[in-house]
Amino acid sequence: MSLLTPNPGLIFWMLVVFLLVVFILAKFAWKPIIKGLKDRENEIQGALDLAERTRAEMVKLKSDNEKLIAEANAVRDQILRDAKDAADRTILESKDKAAVEAQKMIDSAREAIRNEQQLAVTKIRKEVATLSLEIAEKVLHRELKDKAAQEQLIAELASSARLN
Amino acid sequence: MYTHLRLFFTTALVAATCLFNVPTRAAEPVQHEAEKAVEGINQAEHKIEHNLEESEEKFNIGQMIMHHIADSHEWEITHGVVLPLPVILYSADRGIEVFSSSNFHNDHHEYNGYHLVHGDAETIVPVDESRTVYDFSITKNVASMLLSAVILILIFTSIASFYKNNKGKAPRGFQSAMEVIILFIRDDVVKPNIGPKYEKYLPYLLTLFFFILVNNILGLLPGSANVTGNIAITMTLAVLTFIVVHLNANGNYYKHLVKPDGVPVPLLLIMIPVEIVGVFMKPFSLMVRLFANMTAGHIILLSLFGLIFIFQSIVIAPVISLFALFLNFIEIMVAFIQAFIFTLLSSMYIGSAIEEHSHADHGH
Repeated sequence: MSLLTPNPGLIFWMLVVFLLVVFILAKFAWKPIIKGLKDRENEIQGALDLAERTRAEMVKLKSDNEKLIAEANAVRDQILRDAKDAADRTILESKDKAAVEAQKMIDSAREAIRNEQQLAVTKIRKEVATLSLEIAEKVLHRELKDKAAQEQLIAELASSARLN
Repeated sequence: MYTHLRLFFTTALVAATCLFNVPTRAAEPVQHEAEKAVEGINQAEHKIEHNLEESEEKFNIGQMIMHHIADSHEWEITHGVVLPLPVILYSADRGIEVFSSSNFHNDHHEYNGYHLVHGDAETIVPVDESRTVYDFSITKNVASMLLSAVILILIFTSIASFYKNNKGKAPRGFQSAMEVIILFIRDDVVKPNIGPKYEKYLPYLLTLFFFILVNNILGLLPGSANVTGNIAITMTLAVLTFIVVHLNANGNYYKHLVKPDGVPVPLLLIMIPVEIVGVFMKPFSLMVRLFANMTAGHIILLSLFGLIFIFQSIVIAPVISLFALFLNFIEIMVAFIQAFIFTLLSSMYIGSAIEEHSHADHGH
């Protein structure tokens, strides 16, 4: 039964050796190993977190970009629309202006024509009056010599003068 | 596959022949010196030697197995290749004495007033029986244990330097191989059983695991010592775990021993002794489990090889070698399993001793 009786010498050496191994390994092996493992785990976790954050940021950025593009498109459309409106308005305005101008010109021409007409009529009247006076003078001049003829002439003149 | 098998075959056969050359040093003629006071011891000694002589002709398997399992004052690597180890003795009158175990290689196995008795296990007894002597020799087991300690320290300090020098890089080579085991012990054995305060106990438990593992595997090599199959070793490990548990145990643990929850008062008469026996049963079971498993494995392997020498047949040898090969694989597995179980149970005992008894925690 020597197999089941522990040997005190062996227990002594076992205690010494095992405790030494525990202390040496704890100080020089397990501490750096466990620290290294933990550091690496933290690093990996950090990298994963960063990736997750970056992805979220990318998504946000993408949606921002889309929003920006949509805004830009809207602004462009607005500008185009405004420009078109402005052009239309300008054309319309020009047209109106031209029409007004033309009307004005027509009006002034008409006025001028009327004035000229008036003038011409007045002139003609004056001419007629002068002519009548001259005729009358001439008639008078001749008729005064010939009485019968004068009378005849006056009658003639009177009938021709009733033109107006 | 075939070459592997052949390799193992030859290794197993060589190992078998190496292992079973029982020492035949003690083949001197018996002399009777009646005037000596040590007659009794000598006679006992001679009887054993006589047995050994006999066993040369008549192979004694039991003795062979015991010889290989027990501790020794010298390291017999194979027959004839013997490494003498230092004998360290302490006695009150002579103080500390150190000499080589090869000094016992004489007719009566006597040196300087000490007698080396070969039995199931070797013991050194003083020739003068009135003296008491304490044997602190570096025996085969101590030497093997020192070797394993050196191996452990070399392996893990070199791995630790990997971690220091290659910070932030992926593990490579041997580092990754060990890392798997370290992480397994940390994440699957220690952490779930001890809980959040596991880091304090991790160095002890990791050392425990690797110490048992390395010694288990060293013990499987031909010509090596049976360290973890020695009850002194397993007892020391179990007692250390016992001490760690009881130094760190909290009030709940001790209160539970004398007043278990929800037990009616009359039952306490039974429960308290049971609880207290349980306290000592845990390290006892640790001790016996490791010792018995490793010793049993060695005995089975040695018995198988012994069969070759009993049958002395060329036909039976390959069959038994094949069987021994299979058992060797099982023993490698057992080496890992026993190291794992010792560590697992140690962490469970520590965990149960430091557990805070909040019942909300029981949901896990």
